[in-house]
Amino acid sequence: MKKTLFTSAAAGAIVASGLASSAMADGHATDLTLCWAAWDPANSLIELSKDFEKQSGHTMNFEFVPWTSFADRMLNELNSGGQLCDLMIGDSQWIGGGAENGHYVKLNEFFDANGISMDDFLPATVTGYAEWPKNTPNYYALPAYADVVGWTYRKDWFERPELQKAFMEKHGRTLDVPASLEELRDIAAFFQGRDIDGTTVYGAAIYTERGSEGITMGVTNALYNYGFEYENPDKPYDLEGFVNSDGAVAGLELYKELYDTGTPPGSSNWYMGENIDAFRSGQVAMQMNFAFIWPGVEADENVGGGNSGYFPNPAGPTGQFAQLGGQGISVVAYSEKQDAALEYIQWFAQPEIQQRWWDLGGAPALRAVVEADDFAGSQPYAQAFLDSMAIVKDFWAEPAYADLLIAMQERMHNYVIAGEGTAKEALDGLVRDWTEVFEDEGKL
Amino acid sequence: MTLSPMETAAAKTPAPLAKRIRGLSDRTIAWIFVAPTIFLLLAVNIFPLIWTIRLSFTNFRVNRPNNDVEWVGLRNYQRILSDPDVWNTMQATAHFLIWTITLQVLIGFALAFLINKKFKGNDMWTTIIVFPMMLSPAVVGNFWTFLYQPQIGLFNYVIAFFTGADPASFSMIGDVHLAPWAIVIADTWMWTPFVMLICLAGLRSIPDSIYEAAECDRASKWRQFWTITIPMALPFLMLAVLFRGIENFKMFDLVVQLTGGGPGNTTTLTSIDLKREAFEKWRTGYSSAYAVILFVTVFGLASIYVKALNKVKER
Amino acid sequence: MSFSVTEPSKGTKWLAGALVIGYACITLVPLLWIIATGFKSPTDSIAYPPVVVFEPTLEGYVNLFTERTRATPDMLEAAGEPQTWYDEIVRERGTVISGPSRYGERFLNSVIIGFGSTFLCMVLGTMAAYAFSRFKVPLKDDLLFFILSTRMMPPIAVAIPIFLMFRNLGLNDTHLGMILLYTAVNLSLSVWLLKGFIDEIPIEYEEAALIDGYTRFQAFYKVVLPQAATGIASTAIFCLIFAWNEYAFAVLLTSGTAQTAPPFIPTIIGTSGKDWPAVAAGATIFLVPVMVFTILLRKHLLRGITFGAVRK
Repeated sequence: MKKTLFTSAAAGAIVASGLASSAMADGHATDLTLCWAAWDPANSLIELSKDFEKQSGHTMNFEFVPWTSFADRMLNELNSGGQLCDLMIGDSQWIGGGAENGHYVKLNEFFDANGISMDDFLPATVTGYAEWPKNTPNYYALPAYADVVGWTYRKDWFERPELQKAFMEKHGRTLDVPASLEELRDIAAFFQGRDIDGTTVYGAAIYTERGSEGITMGVTNALYNYGFEYENPDKPYDLEGFVNSDGAVAGLELYKELYDTGTPPGSSNWYMGENIDAFRSGQVAMQMNFAFIWPGVEADENVGGGNSGYFPNPAGPTGQFAQLGGQGISVVAYSEKQDAALEYIQWFAQPEIQQRWWDLGGAPALRAVVEADDFAGSQPYAQAFLDSMAIVKDFWAEPAYADLLIAMQERMHNYVIAGEGTAKEALDGLVRDWTEVFEDEGKL
Repeated sequence: MTLSPMETAAAKTPAPLAKRIRGLSDRTIAWIFVAPTIFLLLAVNIFPLIWTIRLSFTNFRVNRPNNDVEWVGLRNYQRILSDPDVWNTMQATAHFLIWTITLQVLIGFALAFLINKKFKGNDMWTTIIVFPMMLSPAVVGNFWTFLYQPQIGLFNYVIAFFTGADPASFSMIGDVHLAPWAIVIADTWMWTPFVMLICLAGLRSIPDSIYEAAECDRASKWRQFWTITIPMALPFLMLAVLFRGIENFKMFDLVVQLTGGGPGNTTTLTSIDLKREAFEKWRTGYSSAYAVILFVTVFGLASIYVKALNKVKER
Repeated sequence: MSFSVTEPSKGTKWLAGALVIGYACITLVPLLWIIATGFKSPTDSIAYPPVVVFEPTLEGYVNLFTERTRATPDMLEAAGEPQTWYDEIVRERGTVISGPSRYGERFLNSVIIGFGSTFLCMVLGTMAAYAFSRFKVPLKDDLLFFILSTRMMPPIAVAIPIFLMFRNLGLNDTHLGMILLYTAVNLSLSVWLLKGFIDEIPIEYEEAALIDGYTRFQAFYKVVLPQAATGIASTAIFCLIFAWNEYAFAVLLTSGTAQTAPPFIPTIIGTSGKDWPAVAAGATIFLVPVMVFTILLRKHLLRGITFGAVRK
């Protein structure tokens, strides 16, 4: 059944149109606005949504805001009860605020009535994008775009015999996908300043951005794997000894070492775009980035077409995790077109549409799609995507997440980039900042 | 006198004119003409200012509409003034202000002085020099991040070309010691022409006859420069400093695009810090107090400065 | 040409000219780099090391005005042969045009808000300047300083209550709200400048008009306005340049409908990574109108910049 449906997107569309026209026969045409970040997948969503427009008769408008101002702009919109967006593909950390401040419509009844089950989606994405409070069956979104931090590397460089040989001499092991973060650090240092085809190249492009969320999304990949915890698992908001545990200190020190010994000069304020640029222009051997960039890397004239490989965030001493990205799609409570917006979600949740979402460069979280037998082989990066999605961990999703994030951005940038103080001092400071936020919030 | 300014105005209008008025009286016209401006300024500047002052004594947060708003007295002010981070941003702002003004006045005045030598085509070159200040500061800041990239940007390669250093050996926006200068350079590039124009206006306002008289007294060119040119152009130089000072105290767009306040907090100017407090953390009460402190500072400094400027002018 | 002792010597002129032209050339480099980047391909724009010689392409301009999607084979097939030159350019990247970009809209917003606020500012400013110029107001200096002082406030500082006020009045993210705001910010400049211009118009003209039976109001718009036309035009340019380039208010108070180009341009992204050619193209197009005005009005630059403190 699955196979026949998925062999052709066109067949899927036909089935979908049958379903849709029966379900939406009595609706009248509405102008819907969907808000999301301005990035590659958003363009794919426009393409995907043409099918919805055809079937429902509604018109889709899109409001895409670049990542660096996405949170500012959209939270501003929600906080002021704006009606710009009917549908919001909001960042995973907004879910707490969206639920507690009543920005998002609770979707449980709608899911039940329309046979949409959260069991059909990857568990990590349900927890990450849809639930509030976490790990309770209260849903405010449908997982829309599964994303996670992973690594891209220059396979063509890694495979060069002379580099293989030099690496073997230096480290006594083959130059290959790193099995641990320490190995990754070594590989980055190995490439740092090396001459390849007449140009000086560097180790890795990592997240260091100051203004929005960049460095936090990067440094957590090291922290998690060295034993950092957001809070005491038995006592919520108890931070001391978890945020600043010895392991967390070691993880932060590793990230700084990676920055100091294995990244291009001047990469002090880099996030997704800058990392892509550095990788595409042949400056670096590896880049840390969200998985959404992988289709673009594969299609690139310089580094695509088999020249690049992909791997999930390597393990550390205490485990293997990766920073969760991605978003769920929610209906905005201030919208006057909620019925039509729900129609969109219903349409979007169909397996055929989710499959086509993957074909167009989107990243579905529907298990029927990503757990299909042929999925892992469908793209060179599909396996790395699956492996990464299995080890995700997310930042705070509290209503006060913005305050928590700003504090972390400042502490991490001050230590890793500006070199102020020690890792222990940075994390101790973070505990103080976060405790203050939770006190202000009345949670402590 | 309890008459309003406008009534007094009408009363003082020359009698022959007033007598011949048909239609609306002068007094009414004065009201009609000035009222919209004053009203708009009250509505968009003064009313918000008063509101800001009121909010600054509360713990109000825009993104928590359901929370109770409490009066907290001077607590916000205490917190700000005792926060070392705020003083650090003040320091960064002072560094930025002092160096941009110094460089822009020196280069701007030198350029104006040279242009005033009236060489052939000086008009055209003046116009060309002015182009950078016609760009949007946000766009300038954004593009300078590109120019400053050690690997793909132009700036490091140009410096490397002249000094022989390796372009990748330094990073203007990544290094804590260089970043404060990176914003100074970009701002100086953009706004030196502005200072130049004001200085040019000052130099052109000096009558030739004064130089001619000095020439008769056999005063040296050097002496003429220090005893005539500088004193006569001084009010204009001070005006340039005032305008650049106010503008750069408010500086937000160029720097936020260029460095985002980093690395760490090294280029976090007060406006950037204030924006974070007000529009990212949404601590409305706290940031209102912050805004009041900034406004009092700039208004106070500007008033003192304007008094000094007027004294210089009167001489 | 009369000989004057203050006329610099030939050598001095030559040296001064050389130094100024040298500075102009250096200062032009970043600007030319922006313009050149607009004509580079995305690969050339981030070339490592940077390239000075490159094959020019209009890809940046095409990308600026379009949204593109990475195409699957069946989409390419369905789309058929590229119809236009710009279709061809995007097709080479394995993408298809999915619609127009927001740049046109944002540019139009800049035009509406920029010209709208400039017009309103001129109307109010001329009236106020006339009143200040012609009636002897005792508190005039204080009022004028009050007007000037409104320009000293950091935009971020007033943005908080303005944000709240606009929200209550439904003016957030509207053209009207931004026009009113920019008008208020620019009024200080326009009142100061225009007062200077109107001061110079001899009062006798109006007196003559009044004797001829004009009302005060008729005298204002039939006699004073035409006389002040040049002054109004050059003041208008300065107000326009400010409103055209303003960023802080625009980024905080506008989101969808009324956003102007300055907050939009730095955020243009391509199908992967930042699309520097498109950013540069957007910046170049946005600069052109202001550049043209600057060239046309270079004679009035001095006056506008010194808030009318210079009489010429």
